[in-house]
Amino acid sequence: MSVPTASEDGRQTGPAVPTATATPKARMSKRQKAKLSRGIQYAILIVIAILIAIFADWPKLIDSFGRVDIAAGMFPDVITMALKNTVVYTFLGFALGLVIALFVALMRLSSVGVYRWLATIYIEFFRGLPALVVFLVLGFGLPVAFENFNLPQLVIIMIALGLVSSAYMAETIRAGIQAVPKGQIEAARSLGMSSSRAMFTIVLPQAMRIILPPLTNELILLAKDSSLAYILGSSVDGRELAALGRAEIVNTANLTPFIVIALCYLIITIPLSYLSRVLERKYGSADSGVK
Amino acid sequence: MNVPTTSAASTAAPIIAIRNLQKSFGTNKVLTDISLDVDKGEVVCVIGPSGSGKSTMLRCINTLETPSGGSIVVDGMDMTDLDLDIDAARTRIGMVFQSFNLFGHLTVRENLTIAQTKVLKRSKAEANKVAEANLAKVGLSEKMEAKPGSLSGGQQQRVAIARALSMDPDVMLFDEPTSALDPETVGDVLQVMRNLAEAGMTMVVVTHEMEFARQVADRVVFMDGGVVVEAGPAKDVIGNPQEQRTKDFLSRVLHPGQLG
Repeated sequence: MSVPTASEDGRQTGPAVPTATATPKARMSKRQKAKLSRGIQYAILIVIAILIAIFADWPKLIDSFGRVDIAAGMFPDVITMALKNTVVYTFLGFALGLVIALFVALMRLSSVGVYRWLATIYIEFFRGLPALVVFLVLGFGLPVAFENFNLPQLVIIMIALGLVSSAYMAETIRAGIQAVPKGQIEAARSLGMSSSRAMFTIVLPQAMRIILPPLTNELILLAKDSSLAYILGSSVDGRELAALGRAEIVNTANLTPFIVIALCYLIITIPLSYLSRVLERKYGSADSGVK
Repeated sequence: MNVPTTSAASTAAPIIAIRNLQKSFGTNKVLTDISLDVDKGEVVCVIGPSGSGKSTMLRCINTLETPSGGSIVVDGMDMTDLDLDIDAARTRIGMVFQSFNLFGHLTVRENLTIAQTKVLKRSKAEANKVAEANLAKVGLSEKMEAKPGSLSGGQQQRVAIARALSMDPDVMLFDEPTSALDPETVGDVLQVMRNLAEAGMTMVVVTHEMEFARQVADRVVFMDGGVVVEAGPAKDVIGNPQEQRTKDFLSRVLHPGQLG
């Protein structure tokens, strides 16, 4: 490429030279550039795939993660017991969490200042605490501190999951209630409804539609958090997926159970996230005539 | 400023009696000193520039806004009395909002019956009968099972009027009922209100529809800056205003053609 001569009037000679000798690349249109960029990305992908295929130790990988006999040996317990327990723990925790969350959300919106403060403290406390710590305190801390604290395992798991999820759900419910236009309450009050009746018959049903998608997400998170129940070291028939998987990994000295329980979690969470998207389409954007 | 009671039929006590009403939001004084009587069967239109306090005054009547001072007596009920059962009192005062405020999760039928059954404790059958009669009154019988979201603005507002009427109120309050509507649907709503006025309903209407005020109102009240500036028969206040502020406002809102 010829270098433009440093003339006094660079504007005239400068731009003229590159246009004359421009390479095809420099003249590519935006669409061509995008095409090239896509091509490069595919090429990188293919190279990585080939490298993995060549250098991965397939027999060893299959032996560690994909032993069909070990996977088959986990059935039917992995479904009839572990998957069932995970679902039961999640459901119980969610139900308790939802009830607590509704109370906390209503307290958060109360006209009484003390209720508002208490609700805020509760939310900040349990939202900031790792779920693992809650399990440790309920499962080991309190029984040590108070001799009479002797709850069934199932109840401890339910309370722990309920506490962990309630703080998040309280904030979601509060936001949902506040998203219902104020005019709805005014209309209800002008028809002679008390403020609590307006809340329960007019505001909450509409808030629930708004918060169904985020609550479904919370259910997914809770399904995963239920795995923490394994640290409580439950009895054999109280094992959920994580506990069973851990036990099987120790028993078989193989990682195949890991894959099996991972798939089981996906059996729970993928339909839920699909449900969440469906609900979002149905209620999320539609304001159903509310102004 | 004194408000003359010009209604011919004022034999009994006024059904709405507002005395020295004041309302402040924080340090912002919205209503300075409002006194106003409305007789049974009277239609009063309240006009005035935005920010003049007319909506606030209306919302004080059923205490959606709590008055800061003065008294409001509706049908013998002292609305500022803390011992008053305010929910029961409100069932006798219908209110129609600028933004309709229909309950979006309920059908039109449920919108019209929910307060009847839950507040007035009417039977389902009776509530349905009342709802059907009132929906017919606003000309929307075929929309009984519709969801509010599927209705036009004008239809929603007519349903909102039917919902308020279903409580069999003694008084109806309208807070700029046509301000949020598409121009072509305004006429239907005004016609429903006209029919209501002819049927003898006591109405207080905050509105920008001068033509409606001129034709339907027994009395027009012009408010500005939190006080009643001028009040009297529509033909006087709109046709021949005495106060300069009224003249200025009317010349701004009326079309030049109507002024000529």
